[in-house]
Amino acid sequence: MSAAADSGLAIVARHLTKRFKAFTAVDGVDFEVRRGEILGFIGPNGAGKSTIIRMLCGLLRPSAGQILIAGIDVAKRPEAARQRIGYMSQKFSLYADLSVAENLRFFGGIYRVPKDKLAERMAYAVAMAGLAGREDDLVSTLAGGWKQRLALGCAILHNPPILFLDEPTSGVDPVSRRRFWDLIHDLAASGVAILVTTHYMDEAEYCDLIMLINQGRIVASGSPTELKHTPLGGRMLLVECESIGRALHLLTGAKGVRDVAAFGDALHVLTDPDGETSIRALLAAGGIAKVDISPIEPGLEDVFVNLVARPAAAAPTP
Amino acid sequence: MSPAIDARGISKRFGSGIAVDRLSLSVAPNEIFGLVGPDGAGKTTTMRMLAGVMRPDEGSIVIDGVDVVKNPDLAKAHFSYMPQRFGLYEDLTVDENIRFYADLFSIPARQREDRAARLLAASDMARFRGRLAGQLSGGMKQKLGLTCALIHTPKIVLLDEPTTGVDPVSRRDFWRILYDLREEGVTIVISTAYLDEAERCHRLALLHEGRLLQCDTPQALKARMPGAILLVASKQPRAARAVIAPLAGVTSTLLVGDNVRVTVDDAARRLPQIAKALAESGVPFEPPHLAPTTIEDLFVTLEKPLGAAA
Repeated sequence: MSAAADSGLAIVARHLTKRFKAFTAVDGVDFEVRRGEILGFIGPNGAGKSTIIRMLCGLLRPSAGQILIAGIDVAKRPEAARQRIGYMSQKFSLYADLSVAENLRFFGGIYRVPKDKLAERMAYAVAMAGLAGREDDLVSTLAGGWKQRLALGCAILHNPPILFLDEPTSGVDPVSRRRFWDLIHDLAASGVAILVTTHYMDEAEYCDLIMLINQGRIVASGSPTELKHTPLGGRMLLVECESIGRALHLLTGAKGVRDVAAFGDALHVLTDPDGETSIRALLAAGGIAKVDISPIEPGLEDVFVNLVARPAAAAPTP
Repeated sequence: MSPAIDARGISKRFGSGIAVDRLSLSVAPNEIFGLVGPDGAGKTTTMRMLAGVMRPDEGSIVIDGVDVVKNPDLAKAHFSYMPQRFGLYEDLTVDENIRFYADLFSIPARQREDRAARLLAASDMARFRGRLAGQLSGGMKQKLGLTCALIHTPKIVLLDEPTTGVDPVSRRDFWRILYDLREEGVTIVISTAYLDEAERCHRLALLHEGRLLQCDTPQALKARMPGAILLVASKQPRAARAVIAPLAGVTSTLLVGDNVRVTVDDAARRLPQIAKALAESGVPFEPPHLAPTTIEDLFVTLEKPLGAAA
């Protein structure tokens, strides 16, 4: 293992930039992922997440900046760097009409797992996925949770020190999802560095560290708890009243109200520090008198939405 | 008041498998009703049957007083259905797609212009009217699909996983449109695999392996969750978990970021015991506190007996 990997740094990105003609997709991004760390990239569609991943994998050449994967300079030795990476995307990675064992053998070939190691690695993957005895079953007959764990098994057949997960658990049943994250934490505990890309906040919650990416830049980073405590420049209030739809309209774009979202029979409102009084006044003026207001802790989604700059045009016309 | 949608004992088999198994649900007028469950739970099959594009093997469906199984064509005038992959024309612009659907539904020109303008403004899409649909991001495509599906004024809308692949900012725009519709008196049925999104609905049907697990408001569902959830923040969450997991009364533990999420039988009794065990172990930790139950917690307790986890 190289010096950089020994130093604990699995991924180093320095001033990473990618321009497509006049458009800057990734704009001077710096980050590091240590061994055993689970880093989550979150950001809206088109924020630059997949462009960064493509550059990390050596599939796209950066316009500027440098990437080290397990100490290897990706620009100089892309093949060697790729060998250190396992990649799993829940949706696309398996062959449905091949068996469990055939899929593993196939990925063993792609990742060039040495012949004398393959049997041992396949046995490990099968045991981890809970698929012992089902090696000859077609993947198309497996339920979602097993497919997902098999996809993980395929991605780590070559024992990579770095693992990329692209929305790994979206749509999977909750029991399987929790089991999956247990496996990921075990891998992290054994020293694997894990990079998760997602725009589902409940997936991001599982990461040790989150980086919020918007318009090609890192706009916030920290542990999930730290991010939830990001100052949003106001207070999050839970507003319970009748006619939620109308209340939503009355408050959207109103003075002192920064953001409103409806949740069933309640609203989450981000307001200026003295917002409670103005909310009551706005609602009363609209004929909604009975209003319960209580402060709540913002969720990751609230933070995300409010840190991602929104154009002022977002307010609907009534 | 008679229900907007009344489905009784509907089932659908594909080969030897059963996608939907004697499902009954009743949607009240003007509510936002969520069909919630993981991939493969039967959400899409249920939606297709409700929309009359797939015939159930058994059971009855009545939408707005019309029997969908017997008269699917007649029923179609009463609702709008947005399938998972909505048929947008990629080489037409946003405006042209809207015009196409407005023609399809024979919407008068004045009305369509008003409605399109409102829907596009609500979804923050007005700036992109001249852009080709093929050049929109995933989230924008979904919002355009919704605009097209809603260009006529239905009393009931059926939306099959409209927010899959849509980022949180666009998702908020999307839900804003749904609450606007509700204000107009529309009944909304929406399916989602995202349990956090489910909390935005008035009532939920939790589906798993084709069956209805529970159906109620999010609050009532969460109140049914046995035991309680404790959150323990720690600089060494893995070590903290190892201390907590074997303790008495701890049903399950989950590492979530820098927290251990602990399901216990009795919060008042277990909280001091957990704090004591952690203090004795020397693992750094913040004082444990009670965390709100989520739909996912409930789902896990409901799902477990079905043997989904090996």
